[in-house]
Amino acid sequence: MNPEILSEKEVGLGWHPKRVILILLIFSIVMMFAAFTSGYIVRRDEGNWREFDLPASLLINSIIIALSSATMQWAWFSAKKDELSRVKIGLMLTLALGLAFLAGQFISWGDLVAGRTFFGGADANPSGSFVYVLMGVHAFHLITGLVFVAVVLLRTVKYQVHSRAMLSIGNATLYWHFLGGLWLYLYLFLLLNH
Amino acid sequence: MDTNKPNLSPAVDAQGGIGAVPVPHTEHADHLHHDEHDHEHHDQHWLWKYVFSQDHKMIARQFLITGMLWAIIGGTLSSLFRLQLGWPEATLDWLKPLLGHWIDAGKLNPEFYLALVTMHGTIMVFFVLTAGLSGTFSNFLIPLQVGARDMASGFMNMLSYWFFFLSSVVMFWSLFLETGPASAGWTIYPPLSALPQAMPGSGAGMTMWLVSMALFIVSQLLGGVNYVTTVINLRTRGMSMSKLPLTIWAFFLTAILGILSFPVLFSAALLLIFDRSFGTSFFLSDIYIAGQALSNQGGSPVLFQHLFWFLGHPEVYIVIMPAMGMVSEVLATNARKPIFGYRAMIGSLIGISLLSFVVWAHHMFVTGMNPFLGSVFMFLTLIIAVPSGVKVFNWLATLWRGNIRFSAAMLFAIGFVSLFISGGLTGIILGNATLDIQMHNTYFVVAHFHLVMGSSAFFGLFCGVYHWFPKMFGRMMDEKLGYIHFWLTFAGVYLVFMPMHYVGIAGFPRRYYAWTGFDAFSQFADMNKFISVAAILAFFAQFVFVFNFFYSIFRGRRATENPWNSTTLEWTTPIEPGHGNWPGEIPAVYRWPYDYSKPGSEADFIPQTVPYSQTQSSNLPYEQEVVD
Repeated sequence: MNPEILSEKEVGLGWHPKRVILILLIFSIVMMFAAFTSGYIVRRDEGNWREFDLPASLLINSIIIALSSATMQWAWFSAKKDELSRVKIGLMLTLALGLAFLAGQFISWGDLVAGRTFFGGADANPSGSFVYVLMGVHAFHLITGLVFVAVVLLRTVKYQVHSRAMLSIGNATLYWHFLGGLWLYLYLFLLLNH
Repeated sequence: MDTNKPNLSPAVDAQGGIGAVPVPHTEHADHLHHDEHDHEHHDQHWLWKYVFSQDHKMIARQFLITGMLWAIIGGTLSSLFRLQLGWPEATLDWLKPLLGHWIDAGKLNPEFYLALVTMHGTIMVFFVLTAGLSGTFSNFLIPLQVGARDMASGFMNMLSYWFFFLSSVVMFWSLFLETGPASAGWTIYPPLSALPQAMPGSGAGMTMWLVSMALFIVSQLLGGVNYVTTVINLRTRGMSMSKLPLTIWAFFLTAILGILSFPVLFSAALLLIFDRSFGTSFFLSDIYIAGQALSNQGGSPVLFQHLFWFLGHPEVYIVIMPAMGMVSEVLATNARKPIFGYRAMIGSLIGISLLSFVVWAHHMFVTGMNPFLGSVFMFLTLIIAVPSGVKVFNWLATLWRGNIRFSAAMLFAIGFVSLFISGGLTGIILGNATLDIQMHNTYFVVAHFHLVMGSSAFFGLFCGVYHWFPKMFGRMMDEKLGYIHFWLTFAGVYLVFMPMHYVGIAGFPRRYYAWTGFDAFSQFADMNKFISVAAILAFFAQFVFVFNFFYSIFRGRRATENPWNSTTLEWTTPIEPGHGNWPGEIPAVYRWPYDYSKPGSEADFIPQTVPYSQTQSSNLPYEQEVVD
């Protein structure tokens, strides 16, 4: 009846709503770490700031998490090509590397304590406390990422992830890369500012 | 919802995501008969319909009624401390049944006075004007006005309410603690908030405050991402961003502000929790308390203020912007005129949103910051007067020569504009660092923000409730009681806060429990009594609204489908829309939302759903081109 032609639906940004929700949540995590790191710099510039040594083990952890991003990406490519067994291997490797990263971070905390950098107590200074907070809050988010990857692995086993159902693995990949990138940013930040 | 449905388009998929409610929200569902919808709703257990509902309209009503309960509590607290301020010498033994051991030998306990002020601020800013205002109307209006069946994720939306509810329970519980609720002010500055031994309210009360706020932030994030995603992804056919009602633009930008600023408060709260319970010293250094030196070294309480106000300032816009959006809508509808400067209105909202992130330190001029830094923040702060001025000009120009209908909602909308002007003008004074340093700790600041964000956001809330009540409950609120409510409140607000400016500018300090010990302030005794009387009367006037609200839910006059002859999509739904909003297909949108009194048109409004081909007589040349 009416000559005005409309598209079937307003398309938004062309992203699935779940993708949009994830991106918005990533922005909120970014703001949280922006608060921590800018607080770190402001606090440092006011003086009464104790220098500390960054444990060498953090470099190994950074390499581990970079590798896990690669395996995650490999899983995603494999899903795109419907090679489901490779998807499963990729996701399991990602999980294993993620757990290794968490264990590595825990060991690094031990190194920090050995270097007399404490989280709290009479001997603590905000400089050291900040390192624990940055690593701890990142580790918390990494655990949520591990749960997400595990869910995607479960869905792959149930044949719910394949070349025409890429949303969940796509979101998990995006989140995992974000967490990896976030750690690399934090590591660089600490290297430059400790 | 699952990824194993590769052929579904994103939007359809999302509609399917409403979850537990068994309405098949696919494209086919659009052609379902109305009675089929009704049928499915009769089958629902009341627990799923009224309590754990995923319907955005029910969640909105939950937010509204919870917010109203909080507003009554928050108002009661303010009446209590106004009693103390107005009659510092009076015996308050008669309050003993209510306050118990907080009345000490006929006097209000000084520490409890601080708790009252703290809880009044926290409750009003977060629980009433953030959750109760933005939570209610973002939930209610976004899907209805953009033409969606529900929010992008009904489940997350439900969680958003229940996190808010949990946070409310924790905060309410803290009111009854033996040592009292948090007492460090709603801004919870350390060291008062960081040292449990600093004062009674710094103990368990403060801990519960932090737990409650953490839950509240989760609720805000869950709600906010949903609002933004719904506006981005679920608009109906033809509803481009430039055809959105201004309400939606306001809610959209408010939600973005929330997503970006609440995580920063979370960071600050987390560090504070570590300071309180884990022995860190982020905000503590060189403290000597109760004859004992603390070991905390290296922290900075000013750092907390930076983090807090990085949220805190956007927060005041989170409070006011939804009110601005609703006022724009109500003014245009009831003036029977298009909103003046639609694009300028959107532009000014965006401008306010951007600026809100770069002005936080104007709350901290007295912290001894570098004067150069202060002047930068002062400059940025004063720029906010520009978009605010644009908005006020456009509201007044919308009213100019309009065919005004003085409905209760319209009165509150006009009242909002009045309060926003009166309160905004003193903002220009306080934005100047030199003036602020003089006034900062006086009642001038209290009067300023109560007018510009407190009262005016309340007026926006009332305006929204009176206007959208027919869509929320299918009945009309009583107009006469609405008029009584408006005039008592409007007069009350000015009678409270105008004198407060005066005592502030004369140097009367805020945060003082008792001022009778200072001769210099005794001249304000009458003024304080006057303010207290006006405040308590204005508070009791709100019960006219509460009565009207609950009476009208059950006994109000039945509403018609479009009682205000409005153009926006929510008025094309049935009188009481079911879950899914439209029984048939979602209507398409062809025009902007403000075609009121269009020259050449017979009716004085043309709904957004009417195509230009049906309105040949009133089309403008460029609109006619769309048809040809």
